[in-house]
Amino acid sequence: MSTEARAVHFPAADWEGGTHPYRVGHRKLGMWLFIVSDSLTFSALLIGYAYLRASNVWPTPFPFYPSIVFASVMTFCLLSSSLTMVFGVSASSRGDKAAARKWILATMFFGAAFVVLHLIEWNHLMHEGLGPFRLPDHWVQVFTTTDGQMPSPLFGATFFTITGLHMFHVATGLIYLGVVAARVKKLNHEDVEISGLYWHFVDLVWMFVFPLIYIMSVDIGGHLAK
Amino acid sequence: MSTHEHVEEHFAGTNKLFISVWIWLVVLTAIEVFLAYKPMSIFLMLTILLGLSIIKAALIVAYFMHLRFERLSLVLTIVPMLVVCICLLFAFFPDSFRSLGLRYQFKEAPPPPPVEQEH
Repeated sequence: MSTEARAVHFPAADWEGGTHPYRVGHRKLGMWLFIVSDSLTFSALLIGYAYLRASNVWPTPFPFYPSIVFASVMTFCLLSSSLTMVFGVSASSRGDKAAARKWILATMFFGAAFVVLHLIEWNHLMHEGLGPFRLPDHWVQVFTTTDGQMPSPLFGATFFTITGLHMFHVATGLIYLGVVAARVKKLNHEDVEISGLYWHFVDLVWMFVFPLIYIMSVDIGGHLAK
Repeated sequence: MSTHEHVEEHFAGTNKLFISVWIWLVVLTAIEVFLAYKPMSIFLMLTILLGLSIIKAALIVAYFMHLRFERLSLVLTIVPMLVVCICLLFAFFPDSFRSLGLRYQFKEAPPPPPVEQEH
């Protein structure tokens, strides 16, 4: 008996799934599964960061300006890009492809602004002397504890790995959205919605990276400024 | 065969709803930045920040990613296993705290400050 023929013997009402148990297409389900696996990647990195942080003397070097101001504006950019993406998907569901393209381009604008700001921030930190396995000398002096324990040089490794992987996702998303915007007339609504899922996921990851990497590393006493 | 459902669904949610979700997200972010400058213990800060982040993530997943309007079976397939897997990673933390305790504690006079590196 073929699968198709067997399906006739199990009416949809029996398990309410019919031939689409999740009521989403296979591509959308695939994107959800990718998002789950990518969430685990980022979780592992963030837990690794927390592990190192809890087992070492950890520097808290970020000043209000530029680091926190930049990171906050970047967060605002990503949140706004998610909103414009939702508008794009919404327009696409109404069949308004021109508006969908316009909103997706707006999303790409905010995404590109995020990447540019982030690179400026990276550049600034590298100029201060931060490297993947090296702290700037004045950070080492300021954050060495009174009993002589030096701050962990792995600060840079965790910072560049986590924000770098996230930035890579944003850059990939920009290419993805560019393709979707260019071909939006040929794509059906579900394809646009799937690209939206990916973009919102990138935003979601930043909602954890921002507080854990930036807010938890604020130089509250202004030690470095002195 | 009539059991084939039409997969394409109308995209639920109004623009007003999405804008209000966005405002909530921006406000919660502002609270996080404000909290950064409140002196408090690191564990309290971490708890509050993670709580706010989980609320923000839930808002994004539920409304922007549309999961609230999907079938429950999809939610139950994706969310619980992800939460369980992430919690399993917490198994590493006891070791992390232990290694902090293994560091050499200077009992007498502290050593001289680190030598300034040549430029």
